[in-house]
Amino acid sequence: MVPLSQYLILSAILFVIGTLGVFVRRNLITILLSIEIMLNAVNLTFVAAGRAFGAVDGQIIVFFVMTVAAAEAAVGLAIVIALFRHRESLDPDAFTSLKW
Amino acid sequence: MLFSMNAIVPLACVTAAALAAMVAEAFRTPGERMPIAPLGLIGLVAAGIATVLLWGHGYVSFNVVAGDDFGLFVTGVLVVIGLLTIAFSPATIEREQLPAGEYYALTLFAIAGMILMAQATDLLVIFLALEVLSLSVYVLTGIRRDSRAASEASFKYFLLGAFSSAFFLYGIALTYALTGSTHLDRVGQLIAGHTFGSGAMETFAVGLLAVGFAFKVSAVPFHMWAPDAYEGAPPVVTGFMATGVKAAAFAAFVRVFMSAFGPLSAIWVPVLWGLAVATMILGTVVGVMQTNVKRLLAYSSIAHAGYLLVGMVSANAVGRAAVLFYLLAYGVTNVGAFGVLALLESKDRPNDELRDLAGLWNVRPGLAALMTVFLLSLGGFPPLAGFIGKWFIFTAAIQSGYYGLAIIGVLTSVVSVFFYLRIVVMMYMTEPEPGRAPLSAPIVPRLAGAALGLATIVVFYLGILPTQLIDLATQSVARIF
Amino acid sequence: MQGWLSIVLMIALGAAFAVGSVVLSGLFGPRRPTPEKEAPYECGVPPVGDARERMSVKFYLVAMIFLLFDIEVAFLYPWALSLRDLGWTGFVQIVVFMLILLAGYAYVWKKGALDWGKERA
Repeated sequence: MVPLSQYLILSAILFVIGTLGVFVRRNLITILLSIEIMLNAVNLTFVAAGRAFGAVDGQIIVFFVMTVAAAEAAVGLAIVIALFRHRESLDPDAFTSLKW
Repeated sequence: MLFSMNAIVPLACVTAAALAAMVAEAFRTPGERMPIAPLGLIGLVAAGIATVLLWGHGYVSFNVVAGDDFGLFVTGVLVVIGLLTIAFSPATIEREQLPAGEYYALTLFAIAGMILMAQATDLLVIFLALEVLSLSVYVLTGIRRDSRAASEASFKYFLLGAFSSAFFLYGIALTYALTGSTHLDRVGQLIAGHTFGSGAMETFAVGLLAVGFAFKVSAVPFHMWAPDAYEGAPPVVTGFMATGVKAAAFAAFVRVFMSAFGPLSAIWVPVLWGLAVATMILGTVVGVMQTNVKRLLAYSSIAHAGYLLVGMVSANAVGRAAVLFYLLAYGVTNVGAFGVLALLESKDRPNDELRDLAGLWNVRPGLAALMTVFLLSLGGFPPLAGFIGKWFIFTAAIQSGYYGLAIIGVLTSVVSVFFYLRIVVMMYMTEPEPGRAPLSAPIVPRLAGAALGLATIVVFYLGILPTQLIDLATQSVARIF
Repeated sequence: MQGWLSIVLMIALGAAFAVGSVVLSGLFGPRRPTPEKEAPYECGVPPVGDARERMSVKFYLVAMIFLLFDIEVAFLYPWALSLRDLGWTGFVQIVVFMLILLAGYAYVWKKGALDWGKERA
């Protein structure tokens, strides 16, 4: 069986990839996807830890996280569409009406 | 079974009002006017009554929602903030042609999320509550869809908010991997029993949770979203999110760090100390340079987050009670200040530049006087609420031996007086610029007037006769920590 | 092999329903072909042309609403599995949950987010 530590390392790597994606990528949709990667890295931690403890809590929590992620995606994309209608651009550096 | 539901009654009242507002909006024929605001007021008043009735009983529902006095105190603060916000809203909705049903439903859902966050005793429930309130507030920020600044503000807020939620959640996941539970009591017991050292996992878990909270309370260096979001949102919403979100986030912050992670205070106290110093200094210094009143108040609210962090770092009973009192004092004052700004807004221009306020005293002496009271309270002048709040917080810091924090706090307060007085001077002693159209005298609706009056009375009451509320705050922290 | 019988039955019933509905509608249904109906099915988009054309925002709207309700409904499965243990308390809770969802559904419906053809005033 794969030990817990390896799952934790994998999820940490995924989380860092997601974090870097938010900073490095220059397209709003890709940035949203990067946040999604971060959330899924967290899900992996929950499931792996739950399995190591022999409890189902980890999986139940993942259910809730997925729901939150879906709601977040819906609101996020709606806001992106509202923004796109004003700007016709998805590059975050173009949004400068307010001082950053 | 029924009695175990007691603790969620305030939450249920607000949620029911929110659902009713949403359904009412759905079944409204276009053009029909509906009294949705009174619906929200009724829900909030019911929640307030329930809060008073539950006081001192310490009910727990579903093992994760605690009706303890700490949670109820913050619930009470949130109910007051909600009532004032809803009372200020109709003027803005009318002027901006906002969808009323959606506006009130989102506000009420946000308040429901805040109440749940203040009462939750499980990390997962805190996360869910945080998301309920955040998602509602993201949308409220961008509710003026035709405004470029509003959609930009809402997007920036959303992006950094979602990003910080991921950090917060990862902190919860590591806590779970460490202890096998997300319940605060259980986590606290296990951490205390295992005498975890400063292992990497503990440090990461505490650090990630702290980052998540620091984003939500807009502590430096995680404050970048705040000025933009505050400037882009309608002033009523800004007042709401500057106070309500902060109150809920600080309630959960105190609960998580002082109960579950109390034994690890060696890890988090230095971190919060640094955050507090950076937040107080940057909030004040950058605030001095602002020329937009909403942005100025945004930096002021960042500085206030710093003072609240001082109360947390003190980590004694006085500090916790001081945080509660400060949340009330700051909440009422700030909602009032933004309420005045909301009334000054006119259809063709936001009137939120500093020079727009020139000569307000001649046009609307009443509003200018109230604004002065709120600003002086934010600056910490006696005999107003803000003064007692700050005094209480710095006392806590001195009692715990954090003289440095107290000195920095007092110094930044003195500097911050400069920018509050700048607004006051502008209102009373400056003539409007010749080229600019003078402020038109706004019509103050009766409900908004009553709310302003109430806020002023509370600000004076807390400033002159604070003992009763200080006792309540002290009592409510004594029983649970 | 006892346990597999039910799965074989399930597959047989599913296949019979799928094939049956196609065959029956071919036998009994009226046939009035139009060019649109004869075109290869491409989820409502013209099958030939530039793939990078702008999509109506309604696709996005329906997809989002589907996603949200779909994931909420996923909560019913764990509840159904532990129905007996949770008893009436669990039942009341799931009913409250569904009522809240229903309020959301009523809102989406009345607001016209599900209307496809006609523009709402």
